[in-house]
Parts: sequence; C-alpha cells; structure tokens
Amino acid sequence: MLDVLKDSNQQKLTAKDFSSDQDIRWCPGCGDYSILKQVQSVMPELGIPKEDIVFISGIGCSSRFPYYMNTYGMHSIHGRATAVASGLKASRPDLSVWIITGDGDSLAIGGNHFIHLLRRNFNVNILLFNNQIYGLTKGQYSPTSELGKKTKSTPVGSLDHPFNPLALSLGADATFIARSIDREPKHLKEILLRAERHQGTSLVEIYQNCNIFNDGAFSTFTDKTNKKENSVYLEHGKPLVFGAELDKGIVLDGFQAKIVSLNDDNVSMDDLWIHDETDRNKANILVRFFEDNATDADARPRPFGIFYQEERGTYEESLSQQLQQEIEVKGAPDLNKLLAGGNTWEK
Amino acid sequence: MTLEKENTQVKNVLDKVTILYAGDSGDGIQLIGNQFTNNTALYGNDLSTFPDFPAEIRAPLGTLAGVSGFQINFGNSAVFTPGDLCDVLVAMNAASLKKNLSRLKERGTIIINSAGFDKKNFRLAGIDPEDNPLTNSSLEGYKVHQIDITKLTRENLKESSLGSKERDRCKNMFVLGFIYWIYNRSLDSTIDFLQRKFKSKEEVLEANLKVLKSGYHYAETSETFSNRFEIKPAEMEPGVYRNVIGNQATSLGLIAAAHTSGMNLFYGGYPITPASDILHELAKHKNFGIKTFQAEDEIAGICSAIGASFGGDLATTASSGPGIALKGEAIGLAVMMELPLVIINVQRGGPSTGLPTKTEQSDLLQAMYGRNGEAPLPIVAAQSPSDCFEMAYEACRIAVEHMTPVFLLTDGYIANGAEPWKYPTAEELKPIALKVREARKEDDEPYLPYKRNEDLVREWAIPGTPGVEHRLGGLEKDKESGNVSYDPDNHQEMVNLRAAKVNQIAKHVPQQELDSGSMSSKLLILGWGSTYGAIKTAAQELSNEGIDVAHAQIRYIHPFPENLGELLSNFDRIVIPELNDGQLVKLIRDKYLVDAKRLSKVKGQPFHAQEIKNEVLNQLK
Repeated sequence: MLDVLKDSNQQKLTAKDFSSDQDIRWCPGCGDYSILKQVQSVMPELGIPKEDIVFISGIGCSSRFPYYMNTYGMHSIHGRATAVASGLKASRPDLSVWIITGDGDSLAIGGNHFIHLLRRNFNVNILLFNNQIYGLTKGQYSPTSELGKKTKSTPVGSLDHPFNPLALSLGADATFIARSIDREPKHLKEILLRAERHQGTSLVEIYQNCNIFNDGAFSTFTDKTNKKENSVYLEHGKPLVFGAELDKGIVLDGFQAKIVSLNDDNVSMDDLWIHDETDRNKANILVRFFEDNATDADARPRPFGIFYQEERGTYEESLSQQLQQEIEVKGAPDLNKLLAGGNTWEK
Repeated sequence: MTLEKENTQVKNVLDKVTILYAGDSGDGIQLIGNQFTNNTALYGNDLSTFPDFPAEIRAPLGTLAGVSGFQINFGNSAVFTPGDLCDVLVAMNAASLKKNLSRLKERGTIIINSAGFDKKNFRLAGIDPEDNPLTNSSLEGYKVHQIDITKLTRENLKESSLGSKERDRCKNMFVLGFIYWIYNRSLDSTIDFLQRKFKSKEEVLEANLKVLKSGYHYAETSETFSNRFEIKPAEMEPGVYRNVIGNQATSLGLIAAAHTSGMNLFYGGYPITPASDILHELAKHKNFGIKTFQAEDEIAGICSAIGASFGGDLATTASSGPGIALKGEAIGLAVMMELPLVIINVQRGGPSTGLPTKTEQSDLLQAMYGRNGEAPLPIVAAQSPSDCFEMAYEACRIAVEHMTPVFLLTDGYIANGAEPWKYPTAEELKPIALKVREARKEDDEPYLPYKRNEDLVREWAIPGTPGVEHRLGGLEKDKESGNVSYDPDNHQEMVNLRAAKVNQIAKHVPQQELDSGSMSSKLLILGWGSTYGAIKTAAQELSNEGIDVAHAQIRYIHPFPENLGELLSNFDRIVIPELNDGQLVKLIRDKYLVDAKRLSKVKGQPFHAQEIKNEVLNQLK
C-alpha cells in the first residue's frame, strides 16, 4: 500500500525541502527531534505540494513544531489547535492539515476540542506527542502521568487517575487510532503514511521521551533488553506475537486476552488473536492493554500500530454536499433578492 | 381574503400610537407582536419595536416572572424608539397587567382577557383576590375593555378536532384580529404567514384563521370600540423599504460583505442569547456558500473562525458578554497574527450570566481592553436595527482591508428590535479591497509576512499559494520576517506598530457629524450604539420646546473619527447617556480631556427619551 503513495509522488521533493530556516530549540536529546525527522522524511512521499500542507499546533514543547516545517503553519494557543484546524479544514478541504499537540495541550486544556474533532471526523491528522509530563512549564504531572507521579506540583505523588488516550479516542468515535514511539523511526514513518492516507481524523499517539523532566518514561518499550517482551506490534491480518524470541502470543478467550507460550505444544499460531483493524470490539479490548504494570509476570504487552480504522464520511465532505444541495433547493445566490426579503413597499 | 372597509365606523386619524402586547410566555405574544409589526411596515408607517421576554423558555405560568411583552411604536412620521409609555396595553392575564400598568399613559386603553383574571391567576401574580383590579378602583381613569378571549376562542373552535390545549393556543390570533380591526388593517399579511407556517397542518391552520377572523369581526360587531383609528403612512425618504430585525440585518451585512469582497463567509459560533439569531439567519442561506459551524464551545467558535481566516475566508463569530470573555485569548491571537476576523458582541445585562434577555451596553471596555497584553483592535457599533447591516458590513471591510480582528457591538435591544429599512442594492455597496499575495516567482524577493504598506497593513498569503509558505503564531514576531523574536526593541516596536495600525484606520472611516443641532448649541448629547433612537427623540422634543441641544452618535469607537476632538471642543457641556456605569465617558475623557458628564442607566431596559430630556434640563439649569 505504501507503493501507491510513493507512485503518486510527482514533486520530487526531499526531506530538506520541508525543513525551515529556523534553529530548532528543543533540548538536546529530546524525542521531538526524531519525530520531526520522520515527519520531514514522510512529506515528500505524500505527493502533496508543500504549499498545500498546513501544520497547526497548540502550546507546549511539541507545539513549536510548525516553526521547523517549511510549509504553511500556525502556532496557535493552548489546547485550541484542534479547533483552529477544524475551521481551516471546513473552509479549505483541499489542504492537508496536520495537528501537532501534546498530552497537556490536547487532553487537559484542549480535551473538549479534542473529542469533538474526533466525532466530527474532519480529514486531518493529529500527532499527539505523549511524554506524560509538562515540559515547557518545567515538570508538572500531566493527564497521562501515572498515578502517584512525583513532580514539582505533586511532591508527595499525584492523585489523578491517568487518561488512556486511545480508549478516550475510541470512546469519541475516532475513525483511525494508532500508537507509535519516537525510538522506532521506521514504524513511526509507516504509521504517518497510513494516517495521511486515511480519510477522516487520524489520531496517532506517539510516545515521546522527555529526557529532562521524565526521562525513561517509556524505557520499558525502548530498552533493547526487554522492549520485545513488553510491546506487541500490530499488523492487520497477522497474529499477535511478541517476546524476544517471538515465542509468545495472545489468544482471545471470550472478552479476555490471554498470553500464551508458543513453546507450549498445545498452542499453535492458528489459535492466536488475528489483528483486524476494522473490528471495533477487538479494538476496545486492545486499547485496554494499558493498565498493566510492566513488571508483573502476566502483564500484557503494550500494542503499537494501528488499533482501529473505519470509513465514515468526513465533516467537510458533508458540508460541501449540503452547500451544493442548498443551491439546488434554493437556487443560485442572489444578493439583491436576499436584501429585499419577502415583503417590500415603495415610498 | 380582503375584508371590506367601507361599512365601518368613523375613523379617528392619529399621528402615533404605542401598543404593548403583554401576556404569559406561552401566550404567543412575540408572534403577534411580529405579525403586527410586519403588517404595520407594509401599511407604510414608520415603526420601532421592543420585544421584552423572560430568559426562561417556559417560565412559571401566570407569574410576574413569566410575563412576555412586545412594544411597538408606529406613526405617520419618523419613529426612533418603541415609545416611553404606551397608549394601548393588551393584558392577557393578571400578572401582565400588574407588571405593565405603570407603562401605560394616563387615560390609556387596556384590552383585557378576563379569563386570565381568575383566582388562580391572582394567586400566581401575587394579587389579593379581594383586591381584584377589574373591580376595585385601580383602573379608573383608563379605558378598559374586558373580553373573555379564551371563552370566545373555545366557542369558535367547538367543531375543531384539535385538543383543548391546541385550541386555547389560538387565542393570540383573536387579539391580533381584534387589533387589526381597530387600526383599520388588512389581515392578508398574517393569513399568508399562517398558510406558510401551517402548510402541513391543515387543522391548525383552519383554527388559527378562524380565530383571527373572529377577533376581527368581534371588534366590528361588538361595538367595544365605537371608532376605528387610522395612522396614515409615514412620510419617508423615497425608496423601497422592508422590515428588518437587528440580528437579521447583521447577518445580511456579513453576507453582503462576503459577496462584495468575493470571499467565502465562515461563521463559527456557539449558541447564546441574544446572539443566536445571527447563527440561525446565516444557516438559512447556505446556498450563498456560507459555512456555519456550531462549535462545541465559545472558544472553539472563534478558533475555528481563526482557522478559516488563515485559510482565506471572511471569518466571523458572534456572542454576548460571557462568550466574549471566553474568546479573549483567541482574540489576542488574531491581533498578534494580524488576520481579518469579525467578532460581534450582542451585548446583554451583566456581569456573569447577568440578564440574558435584557439589554445593556456594558461591554464597551471589555471590547476595548479585555485582553492580556497591549492588544488594540478596531471597534464599531450599530445604532439601530437596520444600522446593524451597515456596521456589520463596515466591520468586514475594515477587517479585510486592514488585516485585523474587528469588534462590532450591538445589543439585545436593537438585535431583537425591528424597523423599516430602505435596503441597498448589491450594486450600491461600498467596494471592499481584498488584496492577497500571489505565488512567488523565482526572482521575487522572499515573502516577509509582517512587512507593511503605507497603512501599516501586512500582506496576506493564503495556504495553497506556492513560494510564500510561512508560519504564524502567538509568540512575538520579528517586525518583518514574522519569525519568533524576543528582542526587547523589536517588541516595543511591534507594540507601537499594532497600535499605530489601528489608529491609522481613522483615515478610512467617515468624519463624525452632528445628527441634529449645531456647533453653537448649548449642549451636546453624545451617544453610541443603541441609545440613538432615545437620544434623537429627546433632542427633537427639546428642540421643539425651544431648547438648543446638539446630538452626535458615535459608530466608529476605536479609533474615533479624526475630527471628533475638534467637534467636542465646540461644546461647553457634553452629556453621554449610556446603558452602563459610564464607559464611553471614560474613553472620551481619557482621550480628549473634556469634562463630559455621564448619564448612566443599568436596568436591563433601554432609555426613555424623557430620562435623557430630564438630564439635559438638569445640566442646563
């Protein structure tokens, strides 16, 4: 499927063409660099002229992103990138619109706009940089920080139950839900391509390491020693297999997902859960591979990839159709007729 | 159907009449008010209306809190206000009489639905049944006509298959028919209206038509009124007129501006009283390509408009005080990004939720200063229902030509009020000079988003235009490149530039003129916005009484017209009536160092002309 996208690329641009002349001001070692690099390298493969691409962000470390892209862009206000992008996409369905946001920006101050964007299903892409911390304000806990998190604002531990961003998105009827991570550039790039291809709102949660205020938050999924034990990479039509030796699988027993060993003679590949991106029920179970403590022996691995995807009409398509229909019903616009209204008299 | 007029009693010819229709919220008062208004407009009178209703959709039946009123002043010459006191009060129940009797002139006429004056209604209105206003002496001195409208309506609909509640709902049509007869009117406009409204509900249509005609005939045959009255059509400037409500005029102004500028109209908003009718009106005209976006909240309303503006649309949003407060941060973003945006505040009583359905002008300083940082933007204000059209149009023109968010201030009074409007044709509208940046050719200089022209206006490059890709945002901008800049001198310069750019707009708005009086008048009444009608009426009456006062109404509030200071310097005395605690007066004193006096009213009600006259006489003592 990626070949289709590549073939459509007429522009012959390179990643460099998408890099602006601004100095990047993220902290050295920040996971944002890797994400920026993948986004810039994906852009030439989309086959979209760069003047038709717009990056809209809110406020936070990640939201500086548009300044580094040589496309159209807007660094808007805290939490509102989703709302700005909604208006832009409604007005300009022809543009490729990318929203850059963080866990604080989209799930705390911007939580409302976030869920409403998902239900409306504008054809835009949301890249949610989740570092489970407030970085730009120097280290307070965020809506995705784990319970009991000790930060500057919670010296004896946070009391907040964290959001599960993908479960939240599924609950808001998102039509494309995926997760990737800054340290897996190939995977990230593939997910970004799929996100752009999806007609509708594509939500991509990207685990991103903040090496200053929350270093190692995702080391469970990045450390070479154990990442394969703790993560499962989803591929449509393929069984859920993981582990350093790819010797573990997941079976679905009713609504319960269970880990099985493929070394067990009683278990074969055919018994495993086959990933189906279009199955909402399975997606509902999959997004819940989240609450487990990774150090527990029976912890389910954290899934990466596309959890769920469905086709549903986009808001801007329906809007364009409605405007067209109204012309058919009420006739072409006639300002003089409108100004005169129904009843006039002469003096 | 046209009813015969020949066989009627002698007509009394009057110059002006004010009628106040009052009843329970569920009595259909606003509907008959609007019907009478349209009929009056078509008849050729000049008119002004004041709908006044509770915030609750179904306020407790029969109580004072549930009273809904609709006042109309119409005449054979220019009418500028809905009238201070009324000549005729229609009271559908005890509460509506109790609440409005003080608004009736001495020897005025009261038309009473006696069915609304039973024990229950007295209890709900807090009236001691022993002290029945219909039988005690409290209505002495008024001409009282008691009719059991409810009973007559029921008798009319004996044969109808409608339920009793639906039948009773027709009683407002009886009143309307009755009043139509008294004022010698044709029923045609209302018959047309009912036929359209109940196209698919034949029973309801039949019932309403029957009761409407029955009210008309009852007035004719009952001899309740021995005379009919006629108010001759008004002498008005020649032209073609229509009736228009303020919020409707605002919407038409936006549509017209989009048409003239060749832009697509985008409206992002969230329902709020009394601004929602702008959203409703725009949503009716989607064949004009208007994109109305009912957002999840006020913030998303304006942010979606900012997104649409970035995309090249004529972007607008409307709200009232509480919603505008929520939009504050986003307005600052639009100031920083210097994108065109029209923000309409249909003001209502505040603070907080305040008085949602009542009028006030108390958000002027919010519009002027209600943002963090130094964030100046132009402010214009409409002075009457039809002026909402022109000022909405002007707000769009200034926004587009000067690349800035613009505030349009109206208020509940003119937003819901109606008046005849000599509407323009599309060809008569002032052009709007939309300039957008074209694609950059290889030899062109690099695009500098914040480079300014002689009016300090930056160049607008819209996504989709090759070679001029750029990034905007809320961080301070370098004065030319638009790149993020923390340079202290650059910030100072940008603060100065943003202010100078707005001030520069004064060169592109009309000079301030006197509405009446002369530069040598003893006193200037200076108003803004919806106080226009009351001030104009007061000034006219004073002038008729031989008191020489001048009147000026400011529509361009920020920046003020260039000549305003000079104009003010002609007057020893200046009075500024405002429906707030004194806001324009602060701006005027601050800018021009003149000793303007305030006349403040904050009751959720418009000024009576008499209140303004009293203050002027007081100042001239």
